[in-house]
Amino acid sequence: MKKYVLDLKVKANIHLHENYVLLKFTTSDGTPLPDMMPGQFVEIRIDDSPSTFLRRPISVNNVDRELNELWLLVQLVGAGTRKLAAVKPEDTVNMVLPLGNTFSIPENRQARMLLIGGGVGTAPMLYLGKTLWEKGYTPVFLLGARSEKDLLQLDEFRRFGEVYLTTEDGSVGEQGYVTQHSVLSRISFDYIYTCGPKPMMQAVAKYAGAHQIACEVSLENTMACGVGACLCCVENTVEGHVCVCKEGPIFNIDRLLWQI
Amino acid sequence: MTASGTFGYGVEFADFIDLSRLGGILVKGTTLHHREGNPYPRMAETPSGMLNAVGLQNKGVDYFISSIYPEISRLDTNIIVNVSGSSVEDYAATAEKIAQLSHIPAIELNISCPNVKEGGMAFGTSCQSAAAVVKAVRRVYPKTLIVKLSPNVTDITEIARAVEAEGADSVSLINTMLGMAINAKTRRPVLSTVTGGLSGACVKPVALRMVWQTCKAVKIPVVGLGGIMNATDAVEFLLAGATAVEIGTANFIDPQITVKVIDGIDAYLEQQGCKDVKEIIGGLIL
Repeated sequence: MKKYVLDLKVKANIHLHENYVLLKFTTSDGTPLPDMMPGQFVEIRIDDSPSTFLRRPISVNNVDRELNELWLLVQLVGAGTRKLAAVKPEDTVNMVLPLGNTFSIPENRQARMLLIGGGVGTAPMLYLGKTLWEKGYTPVFLLGARSEKDLLQLDEFRRFGEVYLTTEDGSVGEQGYVTQHSVLSRISFDYIYTCGPKPMMQAVAKYAGAHQIACEVSLENTMACGVGACLCCVENTVEGHVCVCKEGPIFNIDRLLWQI
Repeated sequence: MTASGTFGYGVEFADFIDLSRLGGILVKGTTLHHREGNPYPRMAETPSGMLNAVGLQNKGVDYFISSIYPEISRLDTNIIVNVSGSSVEDYAATAEKIAQLSHIPAIELNISCPNVKEGGMAFGTSCQSAAAVVKAVRRVYPKTLIVKLSPNVTDITEIARAVEAEGADSVSLINTMLGMAINAKTRRPVLSTVTGGLSGACVKPVALRMVWQTCKAVKIPVVGLGGIMNATDAVEFLLAGATAVEIGTANFIDPQITVKVIDGIDAYLEQQGCKDVKEIIGGLIL
């Protein structure tokens, strides 16, 4: 897929939570946004922030073709993302996109697919779920968070499939971790796709491995270039060190050397 | 030109710029044998810069020749291979193999990588070992030989003179500066290797000083690099005496920076009423 360096215009900056904003971008001249696949990410330049130097990788949350919008869910982690979260409508933001690979989607439209997201890791699950739904699949979402207020974009998720929730404090959904949810014992899934904190993904990978369910995870190793040139973001795999930015961020768990 | 380790094999940037506009592409450090590099994490962002500890991950010179060279030899620019090794014999054996490749007009001998346990920077921090590597490579490598110098030395001009005396055609400087980052919360080093190489805007003043000193110390051409983020930075290196520049870390922030710098140097020359870039090389007014 061809990659671009684009100045995109901020269309909306929606405050979803004390630590999250949803940024909606469009092209400044109305030309259609480039093709982007679920799981892919953009590298955003943070301007006028002396303490940050490199671009920030952010996964694609949604692409709305009708409105020509790119959505990015940004968690306020440090100086870079805080600066980014302060953008206003009509501001322009420089991005390199689309980067990385995508999830592998089976031919069989009857396949039972579970999309598990935790924290900001729910972001790519929305675009994956939407894409699957548009292609005629029936995705099921399982979203986990600390508390009810940390579960974001639920109305969006519900447009594309059934949504199950877990919270650590039990404020909504089932109390506990995603891997403890009862839906896992009720439905026998064929595919699991997951993105979230590494301990969560490792627990999901362990579950999937034990139940012989095909499973893909989205990694977020620290990156510099985003295009496979600097070899900073490597993950150790059965083929040795590979760049998460280029050969990932989506990996089948069979390729990873996780000690789980 | 693009600095080794920051531009892959060039093709990674083909969507962003017209590669034929570049003076050259210094491809990723290549060694005699396959190297897995260092464990993750290998990178830490620092104020106005970054630390890396990649550790020369590459599939070895034979893989380069069989699988990468056929693709990149078609690029319409100078492809220069950055050669590294753990012993004098390794360097020479790798250089000898690269010498057979008709579309590679030069190598950059990396005696300055701070991220490997054996060899690398160890060769570039004493005049004697630097001279020994260059001597061995010069014997088997007839084409243009550039030697990339380490800033992690007391006097870089001594090393530059030592490699010049052994027949180096050019020196390039600086490679990364040895640095370190600590996560205070976890009390652990950020990098798996504890220390790593610092690059980016923060190293520019040091690089500029070393280029200026080296240009006065040797007769061979000097390639300047270290923290060049824009055309003005590049012009400063030329004024300090560099006859060419490499752009490294800036490629991560703007994948189109190389052509912007080329255009910016042209604009500077026009503004200054110069017809040729040679008019500003070493043009520092003291």
